[in-house]
Amino acid sequence: MSSATTNETPPAPVEAFAQVEQAGGPLLPLRKAGLARFAERGYPTTSDEDWRFTSLKPLADLPFLPTLEPLGQALGQADIADITFGQHDVDRLVFIDGHFSSDLSIILEQPDGVTITNLSNRLSGLENEIGSLSANDENPFIALNDAFFTDGALIQIPANGSLAKPVHLVFLSTANEASQATHIRNWIEAGANAQGTIIESHLSLGQAVASTNVVTETRVSAGANLEHIKFQDQSLNAIHLASLHSELSNDARYAFHSFALGARLSRNNLRMRLAKPGIECVLNGLYMTRADQLADHHMIVDHAAPHCDSHEYFNGILDDQSRGVFHGRILVQPVAQKTDAKQTNKNLILSDNATANTKPQLEIYADDVKCTHGATIGEMDDDAIFYLRARGLDTKTARRMLMHGFAGEIVDRIQHDGVREELDQLVWNRLEGEHHLD
Amino acid sequence: MLEIKNLQAGIEDKPILKGIDLSVNAGEVHAIMGPNGSGKSTLASVLAGRDGYDVTGGEVLLQDDDLLDLAPEERAREGVFLAFQYPVEIPGVNSAYFLRSAVNEIRKHRGEEELDAMNFLKAVKAKMKELGLSEDFLKRPVNAGFSGGEKKRNEILQMAMLNPKLAVLDETDSGLDIDALRIVADGVNRLKGLDNAQVVITHYQRLLDYIVPDFVHVLYDGRIIKSGDKTLAHELEEKGYDWLIRDAA
Repeated sequence: MSSATTNETPPAPVEAFAQVEQAGGPLLPLRKAGLARFAERGYPTTSDEDWRFTSLKPLADLPFLPTLEPLGQALGQADIADITFGQHDVDRLVFIDGHFSSDLSIILEQPDGVTITNLSNRLSGLENEIGSLSANDENPFIALNDAFFTDGALIQIPANGSLAKPVHLVFLSTANEASQATHIRNWIEAGANAQGTIIESHLSLGQAVASTNVVTETRVSAGANLEHIKFQDQSLNAIHLASLHSELSNDARYAFHSFALGARLSRNNLRMRLAKPGIECVLNGLYMTRADQLADHHMIVDHAAPHCDSHEYFNGILDDQSRGVFHGRILVQPVAQKTDAKQTNKNLILSDNATANTKPQLEIYADDVKCTHGATIGEMDDDAIFYLRARGLDTKTARRMLMHGFAGEIVDRIQHDGVREELDQLVWNRLEGEHHLD
Repeated sequence: MLEIKNLQAGIEDKPILKGIDLSVNAGEVHAIMGPNGSGKSTLASVLAGRDGYDVTGGEVLLQDDDLLDLAPEERAREGVFLAFQYPVEIPGVNSAYFLRSAVNEIRKHRGEEELDAMNFLKAVKAKMKELGLSEDFLKRPVNAGFSGGEKKRNEILQMAMLNPKLAVLDETDSGLDIDALRIVADGVNRLKGLDNAQVVITHYQRLLDYIVPDFVHVLYDGRIIKSGDKTLAHELEEKGYDWLIRDAA
């Protein structure tokens, strides 16, 4: 780490902590420890291997002031009627700049034992849970989040229970000052054999420029099946930092889909711990960037038990001078025999100035495993275009079809029919509207 | 139907086709045979309009239209179909979606009504049954993860759906076991009619046991050095190409 940044830890968040401290609450020890960790560590720089391709320079120059109070913008149902997935039959939790909006949220009757609420409403009893899955991560944004998070979702599905309908978490950013930062914390828990679909949207109102820093901890118990769709479509001025920590138990199935379409800079840290046998974990993502956007996915899948499958599929479509970053590390520990791990990252470059950085990594300490990885960076396949033209399709249609197919590989893995169909249409419309197809 | 006159073509100044003359009438099946490197696949690529080949002389007429002036998609719409030696895998593009788009492009060009999803499915399922293809074919991405035999059968399915005037089959038999070969040949034979023609490019005589050609041509070093009827194929099977090459030299 460069010493320059460590020494220049912005003082502003530290000052804001006085207010957090005054509010007190059961999580104060976590918050204090977070603040101390951040003060010690500071922002990462590109000399940190994990941040090699993603410079936080623009952010490190900002005071990164937490939005500890609502910013006062009154929003009605009409303001969010048109958001993606807004018309689905879902339960909805809405947060504006990290503060829960009960007016905009809809929680209908869920089966007994299911909890869907805002986290700050139920902190007691979770003192030892929150932070437990993210604790070993040195990412300074987790430390900041520990110290300053205002609210987020709490979803608990009891053993053998299931969500009556998907839960849609809507995080809206209205903050218009680049200096503002929203810290969101989610806790998601699926009991043994529980099932559910969770949609997590991060959106901006207009051209909101603020930073979002979200930390989500997910515990998926034995035999549970959770599908988690994250849709990040913030304004092209925003900065989006996210960290997901999932702990999976025996025979659990967890599918996480990441759609990174918005934000000037987005970073998704995904940390999967597979410490029990029989787990199936799918990380599936699509990033589509243009202008000077940067979309970064950085994941570590830790195989710490035998007989687990993990699959990572990330496709990127990069236009203009944008950049896509994929860093996928699969760690297979000595005990993790019969691991079946696969990771692929494919990048379609639409402009001479776009960049893809890809770093698939396998680290294997067991001898009876099946692990593959691969990455491609390229333009559209001329052979495929010719094949389609030889069947009567013109060049433009052929290119559209290939691009749609490229994005479709990822969209198609979503199990929930309604979500998949809406995303398919949305991706298609974006590609038609924004990218060079001729 | 197809008139090739003194066709010369190559890649980057390297001549490959050195003057090909070939006349194919409606209702006929022509086989083009020849050793490796004789220019068979180049001929198929030039007919379909693949980039990277320079035509340096001669002409190709399809029912009196100059084929070489047309883009690949225009050739396809005019009724040229190339069954690829190596069908391209296109992950993410659903087979049914792709095939319906292709069928409708060609129907549009012919002034026929486009098929809606329902009518398309009805038509394609009937063809698939004829070809012994299972219906899950349609749900899979185009050629992605297909076995060699499946890819070739997919070519034949596309051909059956697009109903071309001129079908060019480029080594469609390579890599096929005998059952797949029968299915492919059967598909070609079903297509055969008085208003269309087929050019079958093959290295081996084996395919011609199932698709019986009216004419057999031997291509060597970019020229047709011998033409005959189906007995020529048998002769080649017995004697190889050397005797012809010696005669031509």
